[in-house]
Amino acid sequence: MSDWLQHLPVLPILVPMLAGALLLLSSDSRHGPRIALSLFAVLLQLAAAVCLLMIADDQLAAPWSGGIGIYALGNWTPPFGIVLVVDRLAAVMLTLTATLGLAALVYSIARWEKAGVHFLPLFQFLLMGLNGTFLTGDLFNLFVFFEVMLAASYGLALHGSGGPRVRAGLHYIAVNLLASLLFLVAAALMYGVTGTLNLAELPLRVAALDAADRQLFHVAAAMLGIVFLVKAGAWPLNFWLPAAYGNAVPPVGAIFAILTKVGVYALLRLGVLLQESGVAPAPFGGTWLFYCGLLTILAGTLGVLHAQKLDRLAAFLVVVSSGTLLTAFGFTGTLLTGPAIYYLLSSVLGSGAFFMLIEMAERNRKQAADLLAISFEAFGLEAARHDSEHPDEMVGVAIPAAMVFLGLAFVACVLLLIGLPPLSGFVGKVALLGASLASLPEAPLLHVGLFIAALVLSGMVGLIALSRLGIRVFWDMERQTPHLQWLEAGPVAALLLVCLWLAMAPESAMSYCAAASDSLYDASAYIRTVIPYPGAGSMTP
Amino acid sequence: MEPILALAIGIMAASGIYLILRPRTFQVIIGLSLLAYAVNLFIFAMGRLRLGAPPVIAPTLGSDPALYTDPLPQALVLTAIVIGFATTALFLVVLLASRGLSGTDHVDGRERETD
Repeated sequence: MSDWLQHLPVLPILVPMLAGALLLLSSDSRHGPRIALSLFAVLLQLAAAVCLLMIADDQLAAPWSGGIGIYALGNWTPPFGIVLVVDRLAAVMLTLTATLGLAALVYSIARWEKAGVHFLPLFQFLLMGLNGTFLTGDLFNLFVFFEVMLAASYGLALHGSGGPRVRAGLHYIAVNLLASLLFLVAAALMYGVTGTLNLAELPLRVAALDAADRQLFHVAAAMLGIVFLVKAGAWPLNFWLPAAYGNAVPPVGAIFAILTKVGVYALLRLGVLLQESGVAPAPFGGTWLFYCGLLTILAGTLGVLHAQKLDRLAAFLVVVSSGTLLTAFGFTGTLLTGPAIYYLLSSVLGSGAFFMLIEMAERNRKQAADLLAISFEAFGLEAARHDSEHPDEMVGVAIPAAMVFLGLAFVACVLLLIGLPPLSGFVGKVALLGASLASLPEAPLLHVGLFIAALVLSGMVGLIALSRLGIRVFWDMERQTPHLQWLEAGPVAALLLVCLWLAMAPESAMSYCAAASDSLYDASAYIRTVIPYPGAGSMTP
Repeated sequence: MEPILALAIGIMAASGIYLILRPRTFQVIIGLSLLAYAVNLFIFAMGRLRLGAPPVIAPTLGSDPALYTDPLPQALVLTAIVIGFATTALFLVVLLASRGLSGTDHVDGRERETD
């Protein structure tokens, strides 16, 4: 049993890889087995992720202790071989990926998977890249998993084809290819200066650098930070994001909700480790990141106000949540990180559900209805709706079940995304605000004020924009009730129920997030676990 | 040797960046390729320039690390080349699809009105 558990950390990478390869080989006509295989693979990933989640919290007998497990690939010991590292934060992110992936996959089976070729294998490769990014303990390996994830996301972003999608995809691919090249330059420069690519060994080597090499290292770190900020959708680097996310088919948009958080995760992980060497390069934290996050919130909020279509609005909400996270991580002190992880969970699940909901809500609506409504409002041309001459002819309207579900789910998504009670978005935001106030004597008053203002105002603007568009979509008289399938409604309901659970039992989730944050900031424990004997096998570069 | 390599990397990177900023998709893809070449050479150079030293242990040379060049950047550059090749091929397909769907090779999918 313990032999088997020892190999658990590699499963989230191996399972989707094998499933994706098998799916590529099997022909499209064998529809049933392909779907069964995809579902089985995602369920297996979810099971592995939950096991890791419990192991990292010492709730399950584990082959390793102290909350941090390492898996040496090919049994090569860390300074030489590539390692996978599991701690609480990585386990949380794995579980989140698998949960969101399961919901998006079930949703896509109903319709969207057939809109183009190779959806199922690409989806598995995307999950593989995501899981690998969260697990890896090696800088170049991080690049490889980033590329696996991005290559799959390019294919998925174009799924279904069509003019706007290809145009947005072109920009998305060009920007991310450029970012990948920057990543390579940074990784190579770091290797050239320090002689290692192992994330745990890096701080040890950096601490021993002389002044000239340290300058070079800072250049490399700054470039790496820019790459992660591009992926995270930070403000001056995110103009590709709304079009790419808004134009993707709904299940892809849902799984893309977590892609920006990968950049945030990498920024946080590397930032903490580099801090250990005594110097934190600018993009990885501090005041600089704080203001960058604030500007991202501002840009996202303006976009939310301006958006005239729900899918574009959802993409801008992703930018806002990314900005909130960056601001929280850039905040003085480490109190905000635990609540920020909780907020990340709730916002990713909420935006995932929202992307899937939008398409169902927009079904059967006339394409031009939005544009007409805008020009009506702008020019005061609202067609006079005559009251019925015989008001007692029609008392009440038949409300079909589909509309009820859509309406309730929409309200739930709105509450989640803008952070109103009683769902988990509110809990997350309140915890963030509370933590920012608690760190007051240490943190500048200006920062606390700006943070509170940004959170409250972005929530309010989100409420205005969402209710405006919601009224237009749901109180549309000239539409027929959309037909929903259980396979489509189910995943949305399930994601919302997970958020409800997060809000109902906030203590357990919040304490886990706080523990994840604590173990994240205990970088020396991470380094000790990965490299127990520093200096062993060191060779002058 | 070092100035030549540095100049080669610099000129290729500069040309690549210039081309990426151009409005035609073909220019962008050539720019990305040039930049990728520059980056690959850069990774290679990060293992320090050594002439005539093998990266893999040879029986005739023995096990003294001073006789060998650093093998790791060579492995990295191989990976980078493969990944860069795949993504460039994919970009090429998207470029052709965009040309087919929009009828223009402008990166925005439509010509600017002033042109």
